[in-house]
Amino acid sequence: MSDLTKLTLKSALEGLDSKAFSAVELTRAHLGAIEAAKPLNAFVLETPEKALEMAQASDARRAKGQAGALDGAPLGIKDLFCTEGVRSTACSKILGNFTPTYESSVTANLWRDGAVMLGKLNMDEFAMGSSNETSAFGPVINPWRGAGETTALTPGGSSGGSAAAVAAELCLGATATDTGGSIRQPAALTGTVGIKPTYGRCSRWGVVAFASSLDQAGPIARTVEDAALLLTSMAGHDPRDSTSLDVAVPDFASFVGKSVKGMRVGIPKEYRADGMPAEIETLWEQGIAWLKEAGCEIVEVSLPHTKYALPAYYIVAPAEASSNLARYDGMRFGLRVDGANLTETYEKTRAAGFGEEVKRRILIGTYVLSAGYYDAYYLKAQKVRQRIADDFDQAFERVDALLTPTAPSAAFPLGENADDPVAMYLNDIFTVTVNLAGLPGMSVPAGVDAKGLPLGLQLIGRALDEGSLFSLGGVIEKAAGFSAKPQRWW
Amino acid sequence: MAIDAATVRKVAKLARIAEPEDRIEPLARELNGILTWIEMLSEVDTDGVAPMTSVVHQGLPMREDVVTEGGDPAKVLANAPKAAKDFFVVPKVVE
Repeated sequence: MSDLTKLTLKSALEGLDSKAFSAVELTRAHLGAIEAAKPLNAFVLETPEKALEMAQASDARRAKGQAGALDGAPLGIKDLFCTEGVRSTACSKILGNFTPTYESSVTANLWRDGAVMLGKLNMDEFAMGSSNETSAFGPVINPWRGAGETTALTPGGSSGGSAAAVAAELCLGATATDTGGSIRQPAALTGTVGIKPTYGRCSRWGVVAFASSLDQAGPIARTVEDAALLLTSMAGHDPRDSTSLDVAVPDFASFVGKSVKGMRVGIPKEYRADGMPAEIETLWEQGIAWLKEAGCEIVEVSLPHTKYALPAYYIVAPAEASSNLARYDGMRFGLRVDGANLTETYEKTRAAGFGEEVKRRILIGTYVLSAGYYDAYYLKAQKVRQRIADDFDQAFERVDALLTPTAPSAAFPLGENADDPVAMYLNDIFTVTVNLAGLPGMSVPAGVDAKGLPLGLQLIGRALDEGSLFSLGGVIEKAAGFSAKPQRWW
Repeated sequence: MAIDAATVRKVAKLARIAEPEDRIEPLARELNGILTWIEMLSEVDTDGVAPMTSVVHQGLPMREDVVTEGGDPAKVLANAPKAAKDFFVVPKVVE
């Protein structure tokens, strides 16, 4: 039944509907694929019994004519989402065997619509990383390899497990989160589609917090339409998240295949980064040509503060993280390492529980918020953040969406940037601006490099205009005809 | 740049992370590298710009001040490293 794992989410739902196969058969096929894909290290916890139980319940609902929008679809869940009764660790030692007694709103929405959980997916610790190497469970290995090479490549991060699992056909789609590019960069590095919706579209309730003003959940899938189906289910107002937007959720899939004739698409000139590989430059030009052919008007725009986005992010995000992660004190949940007194217990617990990158960011955040530095760093960064948002506001007076590359390179070897935090941070150079401004951004696979590794293009839209991204993303997907698959080596 | 070993020790203390002595110098170098890179923000003219605290253009929603959930100590304590009766057990705080 291994062919069942090759289906798109959309065609799997059609197959379930026409009784070509059952949810149990579909789930078993994916559980088999996961079992055979251990070398990828994509899953940190498999939940086969729960999956089969959910699949049986789905088949029963369908038999009674009560199937939901995603009924019977086997999905993977990033380990940042709290899942009731199922260990949720954010891939950090400090959460240990934390087993939530509640369900995150986003996953609850997916189960409401009938989806099936296959297990929890690997990620960078607390979503802090761009290569999945900061995970307490070890890195995910990208299912893609350079042609004729055996070097282990990163799937990107922080949603590396989500992206790898979708690319390797271990699940029909996955949840992910994006604070500075953590959905879009791994999607680009694995030939998958990922969308970070407008800030406030998806509830943050029950998602382990990293930087609350930037964190946003979204899906990773194999097609633009599949991503639309997943986001439609995941999004929605939630009174338990005070920043959740009380707006209607459109049927995002209805935008896929819509004409984009007459749409104005901006090309931000500041995204022509120094040292950008020629292949990415060429792919970007190709993307522009595709959109022109589809009837879009291409407009050069300027986002003058682009280069300040990453440094501003590396003040705002660590500052929020240092505050959010203060809760890991060993008292109420997770790891506790006893010391001679209370303070020593805190210090030992946090020293043993957090990994090096998380500690580094907590220290930066603590420093920029400390007395005497608050104005110079934190307040300054928030003002620069406003400048960046203003850049977008001005651009969107002239255009309906923006087209840029997603990441500055294809998948790179594990370990390559391990000794240089700033070099690793530069992976998010094209994605982080969107988080600072709260806008929706999508990565669509558009081609491969000389080694046959996937490359992605990013579409950025106005707040709450994910619809245009799904239309434009559909056009690029169709024009690119991206059909490359990782050659199975695992 | 301003981050020396003493600053790292102070910040680590504020953050309640026990950093071993052999990590202090490397951390000072790493944090300096990051903060030197961040320094480029000083180039941006932000006179008259209000700091951005939220991208959501809506006020905080209000609700009735009533209990919505709770009354389930077993759930609250389910992941406690140490618990007794309906309480978390923590190290002695007051001598």
